[in-house]
Amino acid sequence: MDNPRTVTIVGFMTCDSDILIAGGGLNGPSLALALADGGLNVTLVDAAPDGARETQGFDGRCYALALASQRLFQAIGVWPLLDGNAQPILNVKVTDGRAGEGPGPFVMGFDHAEIEEGPTGYMVEDRFISGALREAVERHPLITKISDAKAISQQVDGAIVTVGLDDGTSHTTRLLVGADGRGSGVASRAGIKRNGHSYHQTAVVCSVAHEKPHNATAHQFFMPDGPLAILPLPGDHSSIVWSTSDDTAARLAGLSDDDFMEELRPVFGDFLGDISLSGVRLTYPLSLSLAEHFVKDRLALVGDAAHGVHPVAGQGLNLGLRDVGALAEVVIEARRRGEDFAAVDVLARYEQWRRWDTTVMSAGMDGVVRLFSNDNPILRAARGMGLGIVNALPTLRRNFIREAAGLTGDLPKLMQGRQI
Amino acid sequence: MQATPSENSTTFDADEVAKFEAMAAEWWDPNGKFKPLHMLNPCRLDYITRQIAAEFDRDLNDTLPFKGLRILDIGCGGGLLSEPMARLGADVIGADAAAGNIPVAQAHARQMGLEIDYRNCLAEDLAEAGEVFDVVLNMEVIEHVADPQAFLNACKTLLKPGGLLLCSTINRNPKSFAVAIVGAEHIMRWLPKGTHDWKKFITPDELVELIKNAEIEPVDRKGFVFNPLLWSWSISDRDLSVNYVTASVNRA
Repeated sequence: MDNPRTVTIVGFMTCDSDILIAGGGLNGPSLALALADGGLNVTLVDAAPDGARETQGFDGRCYALALASQRLFQAIGVWPLLDGNAQPILNVKVTDGRAGEGPGPFVMGFDHAEIEEGPTGYMVEDRFISGALREAVERHPLITKISDAKAISQQVDGAIVTVGLDDGTSHTTRLLVGADGRGSGVASRAGIKRNGHSYHQTAVVCSVAHEKPHNATAHQFFMPDGPLAILPLPGDHSSIVWSTSDDTAARLAGLSDDDFMEELRPVFGDFLGDISLSGVRLTYPLSLSLAEHFVKDRLALVGDAAHGVHPVAGQGLNLGLRDVGALAEVVIEARRRGEDFAAVDVLARYEQWRRWDTTVMSAGMDGVVRLFSNDNPILRAARGMGLGIVNALPTLRRNFIREAAGLTGDLPKLMQGRQI
Repeated sequence: MQATPSENSTTFDADEVAKFEAMAAEWWDPNGKFKPLHMLNPCRLDYITRQIAAEFDRDLNDTLPFKGLRILDIGCGGGLLSEPMARLGADVIGADAAAGNIPVAQAHARQMGLEIDYRNCLAEDLAEAGEVFDVVLNMEVIEHVADPQAFLNACKTLLKPGGLLLCSTINRNPKSFAVAIVGAEHIMRWLPKGTHDWKKFITPDELVELIKNAEIEPVDRKGFVFNPLLWSWSISDRDLSVNYVTASVNRA
């Protein structure tokens, strides 16, 4: 494998890289690009073989990229490599439904025309984002990528971290970033505990082709078993995220494709005409997992390694990209000042920035899921009224749209479409 | 050759130096006695790095933007400013009148992998030895010296032609008394009581006059403002009421 080693020199001490990122999913490469654009040498360690993430079926998920996330991808040069495969979301409709009856009456809708910033977001398949990130990473002269390898040890000594990989090599760096998901090995080796619980729900994910055009509209049906999201993809296709009880999901997984579609059709309804399965079906158990700390001396966590949330509203990746924007901004600005960017008091700025936002978001989504995932008639009435009230109030509606577009809170510069 | 502070010099104040020796080990604890300095540091560094970059036409996005610049950090303490300057590529001399600060600063620099020449000496010792610098940092020092004019005259000798002097201190008015003495030392206990002597504080106009008398040309002044709601410092064009900083150039 071709891994030219970059060497950074500060005083008389040398390191293989300024920053080593463990995790080659979506947040890891995005962070590598943002940091390398700021002049830092980055080593990116990916457990998957090179190119594997782009094969269909590796990860059949689609992402609802918030507008702020799209801007970040634009700022790090990734967006032009994937926008041909992105479907803008122009409208969002939220409906309270009941299994076997199809969607209930329309109760709340968002239209991108109500905010001036443009589409609320874009739908893109995981493989296209992965492909675009791989291409941008390969092109960047300051990033060294090591594929098919996992970090298995880490040792902090003064200002240097030595990271051991399962291919037998070891690498020195100034800052180790764990972008290695909710089971983060980087976090557990650093003694960072996690809090969380299972939702006892599983997401069933697939794509469908449909007769009628989706008109760039995303739908969220709150069903007693859990939410069903129908998200527009390029062409007459939509992505389905059907969150349901673990038992129901297990039963659905055991069905043939035809039997599965017989179950889906009544839930989905007929507003897009006849639907047919397109590609593979995948299941993801849903749980909340929050790291007690996002940083330690010489160490930071981003994305699911810091906070794995319920994927309702597709906020998982969007939250992760906010981490990317915030951490890159803190580190690059610290380096420009000559600060020790891996010192815990510098990294604490990132944690302070992201911790509150993340806690509010996960608590909020937790509440939404609990409120909507049941069949209690009183709660059903309250839900309908709540959605109706939001629908009736333009200011509140705009705030919902801006929240969904990721435009609220203290936005990192990259998410405002600015360079750091 | 190691210089030692000349105890009979005009800028040496024995009581002030002893005060800081007692605190030396605390320099690098971000939550210790120097917490306000750690909190102020990013803001000070923003000002310092931008002024140096502008004066010497350097790009802060470069890996070692200050390569080739010789920088003196007067009153370097534990090295809170010396280390960032060295990290940006400068050749740094850190000078402190308190001998106890030197081993603390040296040990920390070694741990960080930085080469910095720390010396237990005064500004005027270096001036007498004929040392000259592109940049002289004189941050939160002048309010602690016995004779500010003599001190700034020594700074003038230390500057190369075209050299930059950055000098920050605390204003003298009822607000600065309330914030820096009553607030920081007595209420918040951020600083040990007696760290500052309010009578030694200097107003911006007085400082500019002292700098001009030393034949250095003031080119910029800004305020460092603490926002208790955001719990952070920022640079202000207008508010120089408590902490402030000046940039001056040695034209000849």
